[in-house]
Amino acid sequence: MRYEEIVHRCFRCGYCKLAGDYSDFNCPAYRKFMFETYSPGGRMWLIRAWLNGDIKNSERFQEILYSCATCANCVEHCVFTFSEDLVNIFIATRGELVSKGIIPPPVRDYFKNISISGNPYKEPAEKRGQWSEGSLVEEYKDQEYLFYIGDVGSYDERGKKIAKAVGNLLIKAGLSIGILADKEMGDGNEVRVLGEEGLFKYLAEGNISLFKEKGIKKIITLDPHSFNAFKNDYPELGGAFEVYHYTQIMAPLMESGTVALKDLALRVTYHDPCYLGRHNGEYDAPRRILKSIPGIDFIEMEHSRDNAFCCGGGGGNFFTDILGGGEESPSRIRVKQSLQTGASIIAVACPQCAKMLDDAVKVEELEDKVEVLDIAEIVGRAMA
Amino acid sequence: MSEIFKALAEIVGENYVSYQPEELFFYSRDPGLLPANKPDFVVLPKTSVEVQEVIRLAKREKIPIVPMGAGLALTGLVIPLKGGIVVDMKRMNKIIEVNEKARYAVVEGGTSQGFLKSYLEKNYPRLRHSIPDAPPAATIASNVIIHGQGRLTQQYGFNSDMVCGLEVVLPSGEICNIGSSSISSDWFSKGAPLPDLSGLFLGWFGTTGIITKVGLKLYPKKKMRDVEIFVTDNENLVPDMVYEITHTEMIEDVLIFTQPLPMMFKDNHHVSFYLTGDTDEEIEFKRKMVWKALEGFIKSKDGGFMSIPPAMKGSLLEMPQTSASRLADVKRGGGFEYSGPIISVERYPECSRKLVEMSLKYDLAYSGMVRIIGRGHSMMFGFAFTFNRADADMMDRTKKALEEISCYVLDIGGVYWKPTVAEQKIAIEKMDSNTRHLMRMVKDILDPDGIMNPGNWEVY
Repeated sequence: MRYEEIVHRCFRCGYCKLAGDYSDFNCPAYRKFMFETYSPGGRMWLIRAWLNGDIKNSERFQEILYSCATCANCVEHCVFTFSEDLVNIFIATRGELVSKGIIPPPVRDYFKNISISGNPYKEPAEKRGQWSEGSLVEEYKDQEYLFYIGDVGSYDERGKKIAKAVGNLLIKAGLSIGILADKEMGDGNEVRVLGEEGLFKYLAEGNISLFKEKGIKKIITLDPHSFNAFKNDYPELGGAFEVYHYTQIMAPLMESGTVALKDLALRVTYHDPCYLGRHNGEYDAPRRILKSIPGIDFIEMEHSRDNAFCCGGGGGNFFTDILGGGEESPSRIRVKQSLQTGASIIAVACPQCAKMLDDAVKVEELEDKVEVLDIAEIVGRAMA
Repeated sequence: MSEIFKALAEIVGENYVSYQPEELFFYSRDPGLLPANKPDFVVLPKTSVEVQEVIRLAKREKIPIVPMGAGLALTGLVIPLKGGIVVDMKRMNKIIEVNEKARYAVVEGGTSQGFLKSYLEKNYPRLRHSIPDAPPAATIASNVIIHGQGRLTQQYGFNSDMVCGLEVVLPSGEICNIGSSSISSDWFSKGAPLPDLSGLFLGWFGTTGIITKVGLKLYPKKKMRDVEIFVTDNENLVPDMVYEITHTEMIEDVLIFTQPLPMMFKDNHHVSFYLTGDTDEEIEFKRKMVWKALEGFIKSKDGGFMSIPPAMKGSLLEMPQTSASRLADVKRGGGFEYSGPIISVERYPECSRKLVEMSLKYDLAYSGMVRIIGRGHSMMFGFAFTFNRADADMMDRTKKALEEISCYVLDIGGVYWKPTVAEQKIAIEKMDSNTRHLMRMVKDILDPDGIMNPGNWEVY
């Protein structure tokens, strides 16, 4: 297995499962299950045990591996030189399970749906661009930027609203964007992190070929997960594009007053998406947008930026729900953390985070106290 | 599903009990070198009452029970030597009370050092506790139960000396308060002016009960902190240097390190001492006092102050020091083990020579890590070796070196700290027979069924 030579180097000291200031457990899987086996260090020791034949591939072992949200809190806080590879090791082990065909049923179904329908929702490709009906967004012809949506923005009801809000905002800011609509394929980020390297390559190479065929040079993504795949994984497959998350493009435009806004007297906090923040180091752009909105009282959560607590949707858990459910589910914990700020709005910059936290607000029956909005939706309110 | 599992699930909830191979594998070992032994169950209680119910079940069924914090002692104290139930305490991680004016905190039995540090920094910036250099996941209860040391140990003794009360679930299942909290709502003392019963639990490694709450003394936290290193190549002078430094009464912590790498450290002994103050003036005054105390060694050219590069200073001022954990990967193998006897400071020269001798004999990378305890009343001399977990031969050599050191330190007047079971047996044999008999009586009275962390402190 790739990274096999590193696995024995974990001392299981536990820095990986904590926040940087040690104030709390910040690994979502450990926080939910609380057995050491679900912490990054526990996972490392079990992977070694599995490779050595000391334990077998069981349902429990799969749950331990697939409940990892790949949020990279461990990468951020592990004190050893191999910290950068922690999430890669977990993904590589998932890959081994995939190659042996013994994986949790929700993961298997996810791959199956992608293979058959091209998306996890089992919806036809024709419906991919339906979210744009009634918006200002047009299909890609020769615009400057491809506006890439991804599966969640294309098919999920909450995601579609966000896609529309972002699309309209980009156009109102004067950007030249177009979407691929029914020709768009999944970005493959979750396929890769769930361990199906072959399917990921198929999707990535398909996208790269399509982008090149269309003459696309610059891409704005709705979803940080797509952003991550395009920015970090596509180049080695021959797909080097200029890639931006939409907040990166919008931040300077908002600060320069390109979009006229009215006062919005709201207390807002911001939840960092792991695939924009820890995975790609972009913490400032979303905050710059929020701070450019007049009247907004912006307040940080105790755990923010590289210490942000994951919503629990990463690593494919948004689709497989292996980590979700119960009072200790990461999204419910994150919503409770946000309440401590006194904010009435949890701003997000990821449709997966939006859906996870939205659902948690409902389960916690907090709809009258706090609302989850994408940054583009907040800007939209200030524009209205 | 076994009846025991069902009973445990009823107590802690089905999600917090396991007999799955994955948990049994992990909880059968610690990061040290001792052989694994599987538990039958792992449970994660949330309350003292749940711990009480688990103990009552264990007593009824005569099942061994092993309490566990972060499992970082490295000497196998949480390995369930006779199977049974491992009780992972980390769900009990609430800070119950901080009494600012009386300077103490009361925390649940699974609360980590890191949680308390962070909580105090945010809410009580003028208070601190004696944080050890173990990883921040280490728990407060486990640290005091092994007589751990920390940043304030030079000033106030072992961290267990800073305990100001306990709540313990006895092997009988009774919940018992120890210290002032047994009479008063205030947790200011673990014993005095009452008979000090905390000694029935501190140092016993969970063989006499499970600690579910700890009262811990807090101390003034100064606004500033700095570190100086006095270096000598003459190990014989280190005890005198420590004596002079501690005589000033001006310092927080004294650590000594000796290691062969990087080259600038080779053959030298680095006496690092920490200064704290609320103003520059206060720190400078203290610094001058210590400089003056060490002046003689400078004049005789036996030592001098080392210029500390900023990155190194940052690392030295960390609490806990992450470099202590990083030692485990020096050989790119995730392994680190040490024998850390408590011993007279005067034994520093021979201990440091023995460390080098053992590293040469067994071809191991070493680090000597010393913490001065209570104004030089004693020190913890850490004979530390780093090993590659994937190299069986290196692991074997490390074990042999530690075993040899174990015999050596007892011969020169040392006492084992957090001893392995093998060391416990040696210590018990060497112990005064009346003391041994007293320990036996304590064990027999408190745990007549021998269910509490069996294998440890077994006195026959």
